Amino acid sequence: MWNNLAYLSIVLYAAAFCCYARILYVPHAWLGRIATFVLSAGILAHYFALLNRSHVMHAIPYDDLYGSMSLFGWLLAVTYLGLEFLHRDRAVGAFVTSFLVLWLTGLVLLGHHEMPEPPPAGGPLFALHVTLNSWAYAAFALSFLLSIVYLAQDAVLRSRRPGAPFWRFPALDVLDRMARSSVYIGLIALIVGVSLGFVWQHRLTGKLLFGDPKVLVTLAILAAYIVYLWLSYISGWRGARAARVCALNFAVVLFSYTLVNLYLTRFHRFF
Amino acid sequence: MATVHSSKDRIAPATRGRIRVALIGCSHRTAPVEFRERVAFTPEQSIQAATELRRQGILEEAVVLSTCNRSELYGVPAETDDSFAEAMEEFLTSFHGLSRAELDGRTYRWQGADAVRHLYRVAAGLDSMLLGEAEILGQLRTAYSQALDHGSTGPVLNRAFQGALEVGKRVRAETEVGARPMSVALAGVRLAERVFGNLKGHSALIIGAGAVAEQVVEHLRNRGIGALRVANRTEERATDLASRSEAEAVGWGSLQKVLGGADVIVTSVASADPVLTRSMLSQALESRRGPTFAIDLGVPRNVAPDAAGLYNLYLYNIDDLGEIVEQNKRAREAEIPRAEAIIAEHLAKFESWRAFLEAGSVVDDLRGHFHKHREELIRERLAGAENVSDEERERLMKITHELIERVLEEPGQRLRNGASVRGRLGAIEAVRHLFGLDRPTEKDEDE
Repeated sequence: MWNNLAYLSIVLYAAAFCCYARILYVPHAWLGRIATFVLSAGILAHYFALLNRSHVMHAIPYDDLYGSMSLFGWLLAVTYLGLEFLHRDRAVGAFVTSFLVLWLTGLVLLGHHEMPEPPPAGGPLFALHVTLNSWAYAAFALSFLLSIVYLAQDAVLRSRRPGAPFWRFPALDVLDRMARSSVYIGLIALIVGVSLGFVWQHRLTGKLLFGDPKVLVTLAILAAYIVYLWLSYISGWRGARAARVCALNFAVVLFSYTLVNLYLTRFHRFF
Repeated sequence: MATVHSSKDRIAPATRGRIRVALIGCSHRTAPVEFRERVAFTPEQSIQAATELRRQGILEEAVVLSTCNRSELYGVPAETDDSFAEAMEEFLTSFHGLSRAELDGRTYRWQGADAVRHLYRVAAGLDSMLLGEAEILGQLRTAYSQALDHGSTGPVLNRAFQGALEVGKRVRAETEVGARPMSVALAGVRLAERVFGNLKGHSALIIGAGAVAEQVVEHLRNRGIGALRVANRTEERATDLASRSEAEAVGWGSLQKVLGGADVIVTSVASADPVLTRSMLSQALESRRGPTFAIDLGVPRNVAPDAAGLYNLYLYNIDDLGEIVEQNKRAREAEIPRAEAIIAEHLAKFESWRAFLEAGSVVDDLRGHFHKHREELIRERLAGAENVSDEERERLMKITHELIERVLEEPGQRLRNGASVRGRLGAIEAVRHLFGLDRPTEKDEDE
């Protein structure tokens, strides 16, 4: 059943992508509303896929790579939907939904049939710690996508040769504000998530371990995004330079999410 | 998809038989502005002309469309022959006090599907001087609403004009025909929107008071720009433009001071040397947090070319904007086939509706024709037959009535539900011709 729901969510994300891509060329208001509706349906199907999988496997989503990555995709979709309502702009939807389709299809192709190992730890505090951190990474991924679109739009404007889709793309100012909103969401989620992690660890072991590579890299991510926010407000950095910094920061997030999770840390596995 | 036709679509008795939209007009394609001025209709004249055309019995329904680029009379002819075209032309000349010779070669006439196609092309902006311009759709809507309010339209023109408005909307929404800016001024403002999004709450500084700069000001105002400042070497001209555009006039000496506060800068000054140097703009950008969009409309250029590399400055000169306008023109032209496809789709719907109504009409006419002959024949044959009782006479009438209904049943269905609209309309014409239904009856003549 969860398999079918996962496929359904991919189909719905793909349908949402078609609608979002279409409104880049033909800005129908009703088509935009359909795009948002289909994306919301995809998010709902994705949520039930994650829930169903947890019931079937008696495991929380972040206990294995597939579940963790799927949760990441779901949180990214939720964050984007929130930003779409906040900024009243759908022009980025095509980029986000295309990423979601590729991400989830890749996960399905990689396979996810092996049962996850029993969770080494649990409890609501721990669950919240992991979910908030995953949400932060999803928000940073979104800010990365927005920054890339910003840089592409900036390059087209500077080349003075705008093509057809250019006239439908979001304005630089909108992209800038959406990227910053996304980073704010990510930073708040990360700060709360990391704090809960420390509290949980202190309750469990009675001490705070700062030496774990994952903790160190996470603190570096926090610092990097705080620097980005500062730069994005000062003259001489706001705009394309800040977007470059935001895009580069995501490299640290990727490093943390892949190499650090898989090879360098003993306490953090897939999150 | 099947088209649903309403039985409420009833047409006037005189137009029964043939439902035709006819058109006579002239546009920028056929006549110079001097002539177009003479055949233009004011809104009051449009109503008067439509009323008069109907009163004189030339048209059953009438709509007058008059813009700076075209004057067109649309109508549904009252006569089933082609005499209406001469009558419409005669009306046009007498209304505007022209001679017939003056119209020669400057007007066009269309009828039937060609007239409807022309109307749809006008609505789509394909017949406009500026391909895809949006203004014509509003003008068409106004002309139609006016005619509707004054009762000069009917089911045929209602159907045709409502279809035209739909075509206009669809072409603009589903194709790029009307999407991209086609003037230097609008291209500059639309590019600024690509940087700032909504221009409300943003500020602009206009340096110089050229004609294109004035157009830019108009577009900026239409888009709700926040603060607008105007600077010019001649203070009176700055004050003049500022007062006309609800802007603030700024002295030439305080240019550097206000430069940093402008999100959009438009320069249009006749000057051999750049008015804005790299160092002036660099200083202005340092005092700002966000980017600046500069439109240089001056020839020679008003902004030093080396300023183009400044961080957060997006600089477009007149050549850049001209190139974009050219690109957009080509892009709009490339969209014409898609717009034509939408027109063809709506034209097919109109023709299908017309065929449905005409089928009903021709079957009714045919029934009347048969009944007339039946009554004549029975009256003639039974004139001296005294041995035929009233009951038998009644029975004979009933049987022949049933016979006519049976005979008409299949052709009626075929005419209404045939697969090809063109085939149905051809068959309707053939039936009319074969049974002499295209000739006016005594009743019609009396009317």
